[in-house]
Amino acid sequence: MATLTPTGSQVHDLLAQRRLPWWNTAAVAAISVAIAGLFALTTPISGTAGTAVTALLTFMVVQTAVSTAVEGRRYAVDRLATTLLVGALVAALIPLVSILLTVLLRGLHALDPSFLTSTMRNVSPRKPGGGIVHALIGTIEQVAIAAAIGIPLGILAAIYLVEFGNRSRLARTVSFFVDVMTGIPSIVAGLFVYTALVLTVGLERSGFVGGVALSILMIPVVVRSTEEMLRLVPRDLREASYALSVPKYLTVLRVVLPAASTGIITGSMLAVARVTGETAPLLLTTFLTQSINANPFSGPQASLPTFVWDQIGSGTTASVDRAWAGALTLIVLVMILNIGARGIARLSRVK
Amino acid sequence: MPSSLIERPVDGPSATPPAVTTTRRADRNFAGLARGSGIAVLIIMAAIGAFLLWKALPALQANTAPFLTTSQWFPDDPAPRFGIAALAFGTLLSSLIALAVAVPIGVGVALYTAHYASRRIAPVLGYIVDLLAAVPSIIFGLWGLQVLMPNSKGLWRWLDQHLGFVPLLRNDLDSYTRSVALAGTVLAIMVLPTVSAISREVFMQVPKGHLEAALALGATRWEAMRTAVFPFSRPGVVSAAMLGLGRALGETIAVALILSATFAINWQLTEPGGNTFAANIALKWNEAGSVGLGALIASGLVLYIITFAVNMAARVVVERRREFSGAN
Amino acid sequence: MAKRIDVLHLNVYYGAFLAVEGVNLAIEPKAVTAFIGPSGCGKSTVLRTLNRMHEVTPGARIEGKVLLDSQDIYAPEVDPVNVRSTIGMVFQKPNPFPTMSIYGNVVAGIRLKRRTRKSELDDVVEASLRGANLWEEVKDRLDRPGSVLSGGQQQRLCIARAIAIEPQVLLMDEPCSALDPISTLAIEELIYELKQQYTIVIVTHNMQQAARVSDTTAFFNIAGTGKPGRLIEMDETKTIFSQPAEKATEDYISGRFG
Repeated sequence: MATLTPTGSQVHDLLAQRRLPWWNTAAVAAISVAIAGLFALTTPISGTAGTAVTALLTFMVVQTAVSTAVEGRRYAVDRLATTLLVGALVAALIPLVSILLTVLLRGLHALDPSFLTSTMRNVSPRKPGGGIVHALIGTIEQVAIAAAIGIPLGILAAIYLVEFGNRSRLARTVSFFVDVMTGIPSIVAGLFVYTALVLTVGLERSGFVGGVALSILMIPVVVRSTEEMLRLVPRDLREASYALSVPKYLTVLRVVLPAASTGIITGSMLAVARVTGETAPLLLTTFLTQSINANPFSGPQASLPTFVWDQIGSGTTASVDRAWAGALTLIVLVMILNIGARGIARLSRVK
Repeated sequence: MPSSLIERPVDGPSATPPAVTTTRRADRNFAGLARGSGIAVLIIMAAIGAFLLWKALPALQANTAPFLTTSQWFPDDPAPRFGIAALAFGTLLSSLIALAVAVPIGVGVALYTAHYASRRIAPVLGYIVDLLAAVPSIIFGLWGLQVLMPNSKGLWRWLDQHLGFVPLLRNDLDSYTRSVALAGTVLAIMVLPTVSAISREVFMQVPKGHLEAALALGATRWEAMRTAVFPFSRPGVVSAAMLGLGRALGETIAVALILSATFAINWQLTEPGGNTFAANIALKWNEAGSVGLGALIASGLVLYIITFAVNMAARVVVERRREFSGAN
Repeated sequence: MAKRIDVLHLNVYYGAFLAVEGVNLAIEPKAVTAFIGPSGCGKSTVLRTLNRMHEVTPGARIEGKVLLDSQDIYAPEVDPVNVRSTIGMVFQKPNPFPTMSIYGNVVAGIRLKRRTRKSELDDVVEASLRGANLWEEVKDRLDRPGSVLSGGQQQRLCIARAIAIEPQVLLMDEPCSALDPISTLAIEELIYELKQQYTIVIVTHNMQQAARVSDTTAFFNIAGTGKPGRLIEMDETKTIFSQPAEKATEDYISGRFG
């Protein structure tokens, strides 16, 4: 095989190392694809996925064998590791690209102008048509309620950790549980708010109850990002303020928070983005409706994620189309929030 | 950190004019507000456990079957019988499948991004992974149901036909949809960005000096990873895997869309069936009677305890690493 | 086992930026060569091209030749991995592997290359640690992590790690700049002993140190920000510090620089 020809001849030399030529990778890849093709024709291992896996395995075997023969074990292992890492990258990207493309294509296919302006009132699951305006209103109100509770609470808790906590036992405990809180399953947040506000206080299921559930998921995200930003504010800035005998609370409000503001906005937007797509807690707390309910404090309220859930559940062609269109709307909303948040963070970093 | 070193201004027992007293009161109020918000986090965490327990107790008392070992769910019968055995089984198994797939791939992507990719590509890869971590779970569920389920039948059938001697992969029903294996695969795709993003951070924290030390000894790139990067990053990667596990254990919607919520312990993972704590709550919520609600709340409490423990353990692992790396 | 190095017409680029221009120098075997000069003059950059460590920095490349006993280390058939195991390096900041024991640190380089019997490794560890004047201080705690040692001991551990793979040349990039005076003295004494066996190149910003430890001194300078660094002159250390040929050298060593 041509790939076996070493490029160097002074093998006795101390520094020289027989390496495979640069075109070796392409050659082995071509051979592997050919072998995989042969397999596809002659054995039951066929289909796109099967052939791709066969090709990859063949590539690893041939590459390792050739490299061991020419370059030695250490280089063969190095090449095998690189192949595996690139393989992992490809394996990760395939489903993720598939998801984004499918949402985009099927969503656009089902999206029509009335989709964003009409509700599902009196629309049969079997018939096309209808829209998400009721769900959009619900999502905006619920997320706004969540933000109104979660963002101030989160920022204040972060201020406590950075400015007042002094690494006391309480501060360390709070910090620890903020991390644990990040991992609360969203459905548990929904269960908790349901037991507390519906079963105990006696509120009815509504957008407000859903918003409270979402706020629990926001708090740890806001605390963490705000805390990180506050710690980046230089100590000199605080000391300069104290030197002018500005009291501590004004120093925090007028000096420290503004200095960290872009970071805090970024963190808050990421937290909002996180809860905008949450479905599980809303299923338990807001219930479903097909019409506009602009009052978050009374009666069931729709939301984008629960709309998608409901449409999938109906299972007809028309409703699944609506589910994809709703999914596209939802992902666009979440991505705008995310990309916007990261854009703000980047802008502030440039300064 | 620095705040402890800062003297509180305008503090002194000597004559304090009224304006200063007001300032001090405002200062104290503000500190109290911030402290209260910190304490609120602790209260919420405690309240979750307390409220779930309180509202689950009546149902647990009415239950006529052992809660932990029963794999039936008839809470609204005249003689309620329900238990979490099947739920725990499905939750653990689908999460373990997710980890088995997502950890090697996610860590691989992270290592590639941190130490192999060129300086131009690496931030792009990192950005993509971070964005994907933000994709809502309902979208993963929709994709899993509509795209992956029909397209993965061939894989499961192939596994059954060629590796069917492994009990986990055998399929006697000739139906390859709505299985625990499929749910685990979707979970894997969902937790992959989480695992990858955290591992990447950990890999990038490896001091340049250690990497250069390994290379200067004549290590190949992979050997430098093994010598300098892996030992330093191991606790962080373990913690990333555990946080991924936490996310998989508690994931609701994607699993609820895929599984058909049966109450059986079935080791043949590619057959339809299986259930998880979270999915079961979402699916049974609207049809549950009063004992039914309590039963679901009880199962939610178990899920809370499990994820709490997993997240705590992940945090402890990271904490230990901080102490360790502080020595150098 | 010591070898000489000849650098011919060396230019170093970071991307499009020319960092070092037109360096020609000869490094004698079994002697200490010091690189001195102001910050940013390219002395560390040149040092890192001697074992191709600059390639770790993305976008870095060179023109010209670096010959190790007349073989070009940049020849196409030469592998950087082999270059680096032939030309060892010690860094500015002591960097023992934090998760490895003292023993593990010393044998880290050998374990990469081949499987070696324990008894053989034990011998290498003792010989290398003795070579680095560290044996007596650590022989009872070889299994402790390298991070329990003081800064100066850590740096000697890094030297032991570098000489354990029996290199031909030892490069030292400001090895004492992070250390206290007593540890510095210990390292300088060690350098004096090591030159009986190794070719040593040391970058230092400390002129007294260059005068104390080196046989030959190379002075690098930079004309201004954004300009490339150049080798101004190279001569016996005695000559450089008593009667340098160039005005710039004299200004620098007499502290009249800038």
